[in-house]
Amino acid sequence: MKKTGRTMLAKIWDQHVIARLSEDTDLLHIDRHLLHDLGGSRGLLDLKSKGLKVHNPELTFATPDHAISTAHGRAGTSKIGQELLAALRVETTASGIAMFDVDQPGQGIVHVIGPELGLSLPGATIVCGDSHTCTHGGLGALAFGIGSSELTHVLATQALIQRRPKTLRARFEGKLPLGVTAKDMILALIGHIGAAGGTGHAVEYAGSAIRELPIEGRLTICNLSIELGAKIGMVAPDETTFEFLRGRPYAPQGALWEQAVKAWRELPSDPDAVFDREVVIDVTKIIPQVTWGISPEHVIGVDGRIPDPKAVDDPARRAAIETALDYMGLQGGAPIAGTPVDWVFIGSCTNSRLSDLRAAAEVARGRKVAAGVRAWVVPGSENVKREAVAEGLDKIFTDAGFEWREPGCSMCLAANGEVVAPGQRSVSTSNRNFVGRQGPRARTHLASPASAAASAIAGAIADVRMMGR
Amino acid sequence: MPKPFNTLTATAAPIMRSNIDTDVIIRIERLVGNSIRGTLGKWAFGSLRYLPDGSENPDFILNREPYRQAEILVTGPNFGCGSSREGAVWSLQEMGIRAVIGSGFGDIFFANCFQNGILPVVVDKVVVDSLAADIEATQGAGKVSIDLEAQTIVSPSGARHTFEIDPRRREGLLKGLDEVALTLQRDDEIRAFQASDRAARPWIHFARTPASRTSA
Repeated sequence: MKKTGRTMLAKIWDQHVIARLSEDTDLLHIDRHLLHDLGGSRGLLDLKSKGLKVHNPELTFATPDHAISTAHGRAGTSKIGQELLAALRVETTASGIAMFDVDQPGQGIVHVIGPELGLSLPGATIVCGDSHTCTHGGLGALAFGIGSSELTHVLATQALIQRRPKTLRARFEGKLPLGVTAKDMILALIGHIGAAGGTGHAVEYAGSAIRELPIEGRLTICNLSIELGAKIGMVAPDETTFEFLRGRPYAPQGALWEQAVKAWRELPSDPDAVFDREVVIDVTKIIPQVTWGISPEHVIGVDGRIPDPKAVDDPARRAAIETALDYMGLQGGAPIAGTPVDWVFIGSCTNSRLSDLRAAAEVARGRKVAAGVRAWVVPGSENVKREAVAEGLDKIFTDAGFEWREPGCSMCLAANGEVVAPGQRSVSTSNRNFVGRQGPRARTHLASPASAAASAIAGAIADVRMMGR
Repeated sequence: MPKPFNTLTATAAPIMRSNIDTDVIIRIERLVGNSIRGTLGKWAFGSLRYLPDGSENPDFILNREPYRQAEILVTGPNFGCGSSREGAVWSLQEMGIRAVIGSGFGDIFFANCFQNGILPVVVDKVVVDSLAADIEATQGAGKVSIDLEAQTIVSPSGARHTFEIDPRRREGLLKGLDEVALTLQRDDEIRAFQASDRAARPWIHFARTPASRTSA
């Protein structure tokens, strides 16, 4: 009898099974555990209160990102943010955990530094107390977000009890049109299958358009997996992956590198692997995406019109649209482009890597942020910041009237007090347009870095394809 | 260690909007700090529950009698999607919620519920809708009963529904099991795995260094 092909998920999963606990639940080894300032010290203190020690501090890494200010000199970090930073220093030191501290190379948003430092590797299991841990799947890792209790469990045991998810393959086929980015691809998929379309599944992104994407684009795609309900997203490792990782500080070197690459070549799903579900997206039809509502599934092409609740028969859907439009202060049926904006935020674990900043700078170069708009650029890490400065991107942004800031999560979730004021409208390269996400009653439109920069220049939601570059 | 969950007969409140994310359940600024447990109950659903001036929003169901006493939430699709913040579960727990019934939940929220002894019940949307209708027909006075052992829900109208649940998780809730303690009983297996994995995938396993902060 012919053996059926295996998915990449199954291959990586099976390599990590310490013990089978039931038909579909296993105790999995965790290869990398990333801690941040919001939950890291809390977890370490929780462990201490239970009289336990960190099982494998050398597989655990910490950095502050959520609660620190992104102002120069970290001025404006709240008292509680400073306490969390201090506690992270004390508790990681006491446990022998490496911490990448503010102003040091290596500091940054956890999901930016993992890949950047070569901590995130193909075939590795990676967890973090943050739902956007799915990002690291862009390198072929099995990575997912966990809650506080699971975080403590990993600290104590370097293992986690997990139920095997179902599999969904999302194939992006065709050549991306000009002005359309990885962010637009994944937003289009979320619009297509909905914010719960991937619940209970691990998503594998495949197809010619994924193969063509550089790693940073793949990280952006995987980052938004959780916004379609899937806590795991992944892309098969290939030559692009290996070239990205070669020589990074924590990636294997020399003979070990050769050995690792050989193993990583075995990870992609077999050609005859069967997925529980399959979706195909024709990327040639995608245009730059922008959200209009309060869920990432509330998304349309930038040349489109805001849904009109009056045209919707289903009462539940109509009510949902009305609720969203009321919160967003928008008129159903109106074109989304041209909607005036107060804020533009370029940053977050979705879109704060060097290629994102280059794409935004390309649009901003030689232009000016519209009067009345505040526009921030928050690089994803200290290394991204330094590379961007070396290329002169900071100068392009500041000349255009953007504010150039220190690395961190900042206004993506406003945990550090950096907020969009009530009622104000923001175009953001982040991942969530939830009610109050960027501050109480703040109104968020998700878009790509290029679209966000174009909107900053126009002072309104703008189609970057009309910017003539 | 979570409190065991067995049976519950209680007031239930339908909150039927789709995609109620964990940011809506608890705002991030309530979770910044290491001493937040016990402070979160009054901030659950803050943006729905309070008006901009801080007063209660009379239109929000949990501000009305008898729903203020609710220990069960009947929820719309994809409740608890988004952020992994376990504070969402803590805030519900601190306001007295012990079970949530819906057609689907955010994966991480769902797992976090079990960690805290909260029962998330997944049933077909038609069952959720009929439960909500039955509760509303009694203006919330009719109680909902959940029996985890029997895997049944009885609505205020007397309609009886069964539900499926992972047997492992069911046992964990019934007994209030502590997963960390259980896994630590397998520490020999964990160490054996690591020893053989170190040979198979040596690039994963770093040497243990003395406690220090590093840069790269």
